[in-house]
Amino acid sequence: MLGRLSLSAIPLDVPILVGTFLGVAIVGLAVLGLITYYGKWGYLWKEWFTSVDHKRLAVMYIILALVALFRGFADAIMMRTQLALAYAGNPGYLPPHHYDQIFSAHGTIMIFFLAMAFMTGLFNFVVPLQIGARDVAFPFLNNLSFWMTAIAFILVNVSLFIGEFSQCGWLAYPPLSEAQFSPGVGVDYYIWAIQLSGVGTLLTGVNFFVTIVKMRAPGMTWMKMPVFTWTAFCSSILIMVSFPVLTVAVALLGLDRYFGMHFFTNDGGGNQMMYLNLIWAWGHPEVYILVIPAFGVFSEVVPAFSQKPLFGYGTMVYATCAIMVLSFLVWVHHFFTMGAGPDVNAFFGIATMVISIPTGVKLFNWMFTMYKGRIQYHACMYWAVGFMVTFTIGGMTGVMMAIPGADFVLHNSLFLIAHFHNVIIGGVYFGYVCGMNFWFPKVMGFKLNESWGKRAFWFWFVGFYFAFVPLYVVGFQGMTRRLNHYDNPAWHPWLLIAEVGAVLILFGIVCQLMQLFVSIRDRNLAENRDFTGDPWNGRTLEWSTSSPPPVYNFAIVPHVHELDAYMHDKENGVDTRCAGGQYEAIHMPKNTAAGFLVGAFSLILGFAAIWYIWWLAAIGLIGVIGTVIARSANKDIDFYIPAEEVARIENEHTRKLMAQAAE
Amino acid sequence: MKNKLLARVARLGGLSSALLLAGCELDVLDPKGPVGEGVKSLILTSTVAMLIVVVPTIILSLVFAWQYRQSNTSAEYLPKWCHSNKIELVIWGVPTLIIIFLAVITYQTCHSLDPYKPLEAEANTKPLHVEVVALDWKWLFIYPEQGIATVNQLAIPVNTPVDFVITSDSVMNSFFIPRLGSMIYAMAGMQTQLHLLASEPGDYLGESANYSGRGFSDMKFRTLAVSGDEFNAWVDKVKSSSEQLDSQTYPKLAAPSEANPVEYFAHVEPGMFNTIVAKYNNGMIMDKTTGQMVQVQSAMSDMNMKE
Amino acid sequence: MAHDTTVTTSGHDEHHHESPVVFGFWVYLMTDCIIFGSLFATFAVLRNQFNGGPSGHELFELSGLGLETALLLISSITYGFGMIAAHKNEISKVIMWLGVTFLLGLGFVGLEVNEFAHMIHEGAGPDRSAFLSAFFTLVATHGLHVSCGLIWIVTLMVQLMGTTAIPERMMNKLTCLSLFWHFLDIVWICVFSYVYLASMI
Repeated sequence: MLGRLSLSAIPLDVPILVGTFLGVAIVGLAVLGLITYYGKWGYLWKEWFTSVDHKRLAVMYIILALVALFRGFADAIMMRTQLALAYAGNPGYLPPHHYDQIFSAHGTIMIFFLAMAFMTGLFNFVVPLQIGARDVAFPFLNNLSFWMTAIAFILVNVSLFIGEFSQCGWLAYPPLSEAQFSPGVGVDYYIWAIQLSGVGTLLTGVNFFVTIVKMRAPGMTWMKMPVFTWTAFCSSILIMVSFPVLTVAVALLGLDRYFGMHFFTNDGGGNQMMYLNLIWAWGHPEVYILVIPAFGVFSEVVPAFSQKPLFGYGTMVYATCAIMVLSFLVWVHHFFTMGAGPDVNAFFGIATMVISIPTGVKLFNWMFTMYKGRIQYHACMYWAVGFMVTFTIGGMTGVMMAIPGADFVLHNSLFLIAHFHNVIIGGVYFGYVCGMNFWFPKVMGFKLNESWGKRAFWFWFVGFYFAFVPLYVVGFQGMTRRLNHYDNPAWHPWLLIAEVGAVLILFGIVCQLMQLFVSIRDRNLAENRDFTGDPWNGRTLEWSTSSPPPVYNFAIVPHVHELDAYMHDKENGVDTRCAGGQYEAIHMPKNTAAGFLVGAFSLILGFAAIWYIWWLAAIGLIGVIGTVIARSANKDIDFYIPAEEVARIENEHTRKLMAQAAE
Repeated sequence: MKNKLLARVARLGGLSSALLLAGCELDVLDPKGPVGEGVKSLILTSTVAMLIVVVPTIILSLVFAWQYRQSNTSAEYLPKWCHSNKIELVIWGVPTLIIIFLAVITYQTCHSLDPYKPLEAEANTKPLHVEVVALDWKWLFIYPEQGIATVNQLAIPVNTPVDFVITSDSVMNSFFIPRLGSMIYAMAGMQTQLHLLASEPGDYLGESANYSGRGFSDMKFRTLAVSGDEFNAWVDKVKSSSEQLDSQTYPKLAAPSEANPVEYFAHVEPGMFNTIVAKYNNGMIMDKTTGQMVQVQSAMSDMNMKE
Repeated sequence: MAHDTTVTTSGHDEHHHESPVVFGFWVYLMTDCIIFGSLFATFAVLRNQFNGGPSGHELFELSGLGLETALLLISSITYGFGMIAAHKNEISKVIMWLGVTFLLGLGFVGLEVNEFAHMIHEGAGPDRSAFLSAFFTLVATHGLHVSCGLIWIVTLMVQLMGTTAIPERMMNKLTCLSLFWHFLDIVWICVFSYVYLASMI
């Protein structure tokens, strides 16, 4: 009846997990209780969970990302603490069974649920506004994508308390991840989480690709498109090309496990090397999926605060496209040590290095954007300059590892760990947080607190160097990744320093939470409000709307004449909004519960399949199909906002603008 | 011309490494064999080449960021300036030149440091053959010429090229002795090759560099690089062990174990390694000279070693 | 697919005058194409890993395959007739042609299931060898797509029943399904030639 699920699956013997469960349960009940107490369930359901508004979805994505950050970071600091302790005979406090789950979950969560969710949140918020569109091409699919990502994250966290998570690393290399060597449910949790969130991500890629191709404001030709939109476009293409490969790789692993097939098994003619090729044919583009939008953020932020246009817009676009194409030609650099011939290795090594040329060009472009500018040191600029310094170092160590000869001693060492955290934290995370600080007033109508923002930056920045420079050193000392304990006295002091770094980063996260708390508390102070909708003297169309923007974004779709359309309009006295113009009724999609329901049924399907509860899996599957069919038959999916309502909202904003100007 | 430049850059690299080493001991940058030496000079050369562009980038970023701050009203402000062909040429040109340089040394070192390439030995030294099997979670070393085998201890004579053939009878691992240089994966049903040489006697850490499950952290071995005479004495010591490795004792050894102690086997059934590889290929093994799959001929070929 | 423009009112905005649904679905099919591409690549790697088991030469029978192929190709033509009828707004004919397409597709899936059952019965199931794993996965992925197409056909038939006009949203759905169905035809031709024919030669 319950497949392989039984009471013994609940890890009552692991005090850390029991404590975590109690903590999560108490906080969770408190949140649910508060929502009930204030009677907000209806509001949440109608205005948020079922919303197809890209701005609402953006907020939900970013909240999801921050929760994932919390979980992923808890894993990180537990690992660092284990390695600070588990030295010279001391086993530390995490036995391998638990520790191996933690590092596997850390990587999975940070990439799929922190970085991807944060990125999708930024796409959702910024792209439609930047291109002068009223929504994305497929608003319902957008909602569905969110729920698929969210339920996959829930599934990963369920594994904490029911059963176990994968102990095979974040990419679950076979044959270790095959049923023969990992018979438990851990890898199945991993497989289902990846596949379900993969559906969401793929649909996001298609959605934004179509949105950008089809829904740009009139006059916005390709070379007048803002750089962030360009990066979202390239990233969406990468998603569409690479995520299907991930789906196949993980599905074949699942077939091996569920049906005893022989794709990657040791015996039966399976080929484990094929899994590495498939997974990295996705995995390398994946890091560019993440970092290219971060480049886009800096390309918006640095000009805004340098009070100058972006240096070399054309170069920036070509460099982004070059990186996009090249990212498909480098996957073998993740396994030079597999024994491919020297010519194969040389090809992929050199292709990898070539990527550093357009990437370097981008760095120079940001530098020359600052050059002869008037740089305002808002917190965003701290993250941007911190990024330029940190990412340059990460790029250099990346090129070192791209040389196969050097990789033969650095592969899978902590040097590698230091390198990719250097680019993922220094590039991706700094970029996304920078973007969050930049666009927050647009989303919420009030600014983020500056002091706490800068404190957060300094803790993250310094903490990063404390946490990862020591890992470069122990990498040179021959320490490999994923060790649970060690007895080499030379490594120990460095791992203690790394632990200090992790604590500093913890303070950074606390400062970010404080920043949110203080900003929300002081949101009504006049200096924090953004009445104009354009707090930074922005250059692109999103700043021409009110903050937060009306549900339809643009009452009258703007016409674009130049790059940096809004700046052009401001300088030439053009009213981008056409305030007081002839408003018409606006056609909008209706909110729908279908995305939530498909997500919920998928969660049931995934959980049941993990535990071999086949009747429940069938219910989940039928639920998914039934919901989709019902959605297809539903005729009540859209409505019109009457012209009078549009006029009322627009005139209200105009009145605020005039009041602001009069002060 | 190019080689001269390379040598000069390498010397510069040597200097900086000396500075680095004063602070701590970096195994990978303090190698005890020619392969490691090659890798080390490659790392240092490439690092120095990249620093040519990395250091100015970081300094310029910080200088610009400081110089053009808003409060510095004396700095020039060009609110419209956003294009310069000269700058574009430099920012594309300089990184491209450095990458061309790195590409050349990458291509050269891919061949010179190819793990499959046999090392050149002095005239009268014959290479030593060692067959390596990664097990859960220990390393089995078979010396086919000596007819012995060990677990978690590898002895090699100094200044003698060692030809490793590597496989796995479990999951994927990576065979790595940081002090000697390159690593290579160990995969079931396949044979990878690695050629190393120790030029100084010593006791070097060997490990798996690819996570392989529960007992991975203790999957370590000592590499004893010793003189020829000491090596012979070590072989005799192993031969005096009472243990044998054959189709009866192998399954017990192959069963998962953690922190396995050093074990010696005085005798190994011939063809053991090929049998381990072939059992994942329906009794076939790839002939390294022809690349064809051939049937393994061995007394053990009909044994069933699967657990 | 929420951008429905069935309600034509004065609220015309130049932004949404053209539905992105068909283009979006076409883009989605390209990602599906990559899934099939990866499965073909997998099959190419594993096609000679028989593990001592049967090879394609011993397993495949051309006669059944010819019938399967014929059914699927004809179903593409009948779907085409359905689309012509849809453009003429002849709803009963659309339903009729969709029904014919459904039966042909069902025949295809039936034959495929039969072939699979036969192979598994002979001990040549997907767990026998890597070659068979790759074979079953590739062919069954196509078969699963066809089965989804069948569910989709029935759904549209039901939605069309009792209506008198084909609104734009329904036309988009019919066009998307048409793309899907022809796409599966093309994939089948690749499967047929690369998996079956190439194994028999």
